[in-house]
Amino acid sequence: MTIARTDAVSRALRDPRALAAWSLAQWENLVRQARSANLLSRLAVLLDDEGLQHRVPEAPRAHLDAARIVAHAQEEAVRREVAYIRKALTRTGVDVVLLKGAAYLFAELPAARGRLFSDVDILVPGSALAEVEAALMLHGWATTHHDPYDQRYYREWMHELPPMMHVTRQTVLDVHHAIVPTTARLKPQSGKLLAASRPVPGEPGVRTLAPADMVLHSAAHLFLNEELSSGLRDLADLDSLLRHFGQDPGFWTELVARARELDLARPLYYAVRYATCILETPVAVQMVEESDGGGPPALLRPLMDGLFLRALRPDHVCAADRFTALARSALYVRAHWLRMPPMLLARHLAVKAFRRQEDRRGDR
Amino acid sequence: MIVSDLSPIELARQLTGPGLRLRTGPVVTRIQSPLAAVAEGISLHYAEHPIEQPEGFADFHVRLGRPHSVRRWLRPQVVFQFDGAPPFLPLPAEQAFPMLEWGLNWCISAHCHQYLVVHAAAIERSGRALLLPAPPGAGKSTLCAGLVSRGWRLLSDELALIDPSSGDIAPLARPISLKNASIDVIRRFSPEAVLGPTVHDTLKGSVAHLKAPLESVERATEPARPRWIVLPRYEASAAARFEPLGKGRAFMQLADSAFNYNLHGRSGFETLAQMVEACDCYEFAYGDLEEAAALYDELAASA
Repeated sequence: MTIARTDAVSRALRDPRALAAWSLAQWENLVRQARSANLLSRLAVLLDDEGLQHRVPEAPRAHLDAARIVAHAQEEAVRREVAYIRKALTRTGVDVVLLKGAAYLFAELPAARGRLFSDVDILVPGSALAEVEAALMLHGWATTHHDPYDQRYYREWMHELPPMMHVTRQTVLDVHHAIVPTTARLKPQSGKLLAASRPVPGEPGVRTLAPADMVLHSAAHLFLNEELSSGLRDLADLDSLLRHFGQDPGFWTELVARARELDLARPLYYAVRYATCILETPVAVQMVEESDGGGPPALLRPLMDGLFLRALRPDHVCAADRFTALARSALYVRAHWLRMPPMLLARHLAVKAFRRQEDRRGDR
Repeated sequence: MIVSDLSPIELARQLTGPGLRLRTGPVVTRIQSPLAAVAEGISLHYAEHPIEQPEGFADFHVRLGRPHSVRRWLRPQVVFQFDGAPPFLPLPAEQAFPMLEWGLNWCISAHCHQYLVVHAAAIERSGRALLLPAPPGAGKSTLCAGLVSRGWRLLSDELALIDPSSGDIAPLARPISLKNASIDVIRRFSPEAVLGPTVHDTLKGSVAHLKAPLESVERATEPARPRWIVLPRYEASAAARFEPLGKGRAFMQLADSAFNYNLHGRSGFETLAQMVEACDCYEFAYGDLEEAAALYDELAASA
């Protein structure tokens, strides 16, 4: 387990109180790694919560101050953006289910505090997708992918529309109709997620997933993702969600049952395994045992540990060993394998390779 | 310890090895580079700047080197890396030192959000700062270079760092980037000025850097309170003159010139509003630097 636990960011997240005693050289390493992991503002908030912000030496404190300002600005921007989305969809009568960061923010969860946002993600019923897209286009959102293959890739095989960008605000919106690709092995039913979703008080037309579903989506997103450069940030989300929802003793039983119901037992196993291992997330004892049943075959487990414990470290040269790049590549291939059946995957990779060559030719 | 305390061999050893931890005002950058042009540029332009010990804290970690490609043998290039990743495309190798300067500007404007970072020159006289926000080509750097060779202290040529909690400007005291005709204008105006080699055919045309005056470097930890905001405008053969600038326009110009105004929200608005309120605001057209410098002396004396 030492592979994962020695990076500066997970050490700091596990025990922010210890930071008061860190040397300047340790702080330098932490700021570099946390910046590349998108977790600097998260650390700033944790230190504020412990009342330790003034015990941080002046030089690193400036970086925490800067990160806090960025996170606050992004939080405000996401609030505004959700208001615009809601307004754009009012006439459709379709409720918007917020996902990930925006959901944590509107559900007032601790996971939103000091979190950076790159875009807003929403979930709508598949049957309303065309209507939602048309309404968004009327209000200034436009598709970002103009290549016919990309359009087909998203519209036929993926769980979301091609990302939309607002023409004047340049903000990015991902409109999902499911939480995993249509072509993926795992088949969580979106209808069940929508049915269990909860209204956001004071925000008509805006909903969030139920607590267990929020955790399962976060886990599915992280452990089916082909690209883990923000993996530790996503694991920190899971850590925060589990700590918060786990205060309700009934939550754990519900979570395991829901994972089975939604075909997401495997991602839940990984979430519990790596959150407890890397961030020492407290989970109920029966949780570890029960989620274990959803794990991969025993022979595969050391390999998966070797991969994830490397890829979930900050994507920074100081947090890498000689196998890190290999681990990231292997997980990239694995994610594609899980997202598409073999023939489709072969075809998709061939198209991508062919296009890369075309692009290179275009360069000259 | 300052850069000129290091022998050329020791400077090269640090740059090629563990990195040189260079302090510019509040910012410490660890610079690594095997390139001679970078070492020469640093030893010329940063001779009096402090260097920090390896066990201290560097804000940014940058590296200038040759990209790994066959092109290195045909047409050598230089690549700027920020903490292991290149934020920009490589440039021709001759542009190594300008690229370091642009890269250092980027490090600050992309990360130092504890400040309101305004694209403006800032100079100081008798504890009062003068801010020159301007679009490229307005003659901001030329005027700034001219005035710092005539008794004004250089705070910064490109980036004014405004501390929202105090309203003061934190100095950087880094070299001034002169472009095209300005290079000879400054050579004529101030024969004692120290300029680095002129690099041609950059994105900004020909570029040469002017070394920051010694006093500015020695006082680079001393902030200054803004007193004037001036929008400069170079006009060939125009008589130098100040004209009053409405506070609303001054505010809008600063907000437009700020890299991170949007991040600071209400606090950013209040910082700029208080600053504009406390400053005399002018537009300033000039065609001749001598004439301009005399008017700025009068301005400083009148306050």
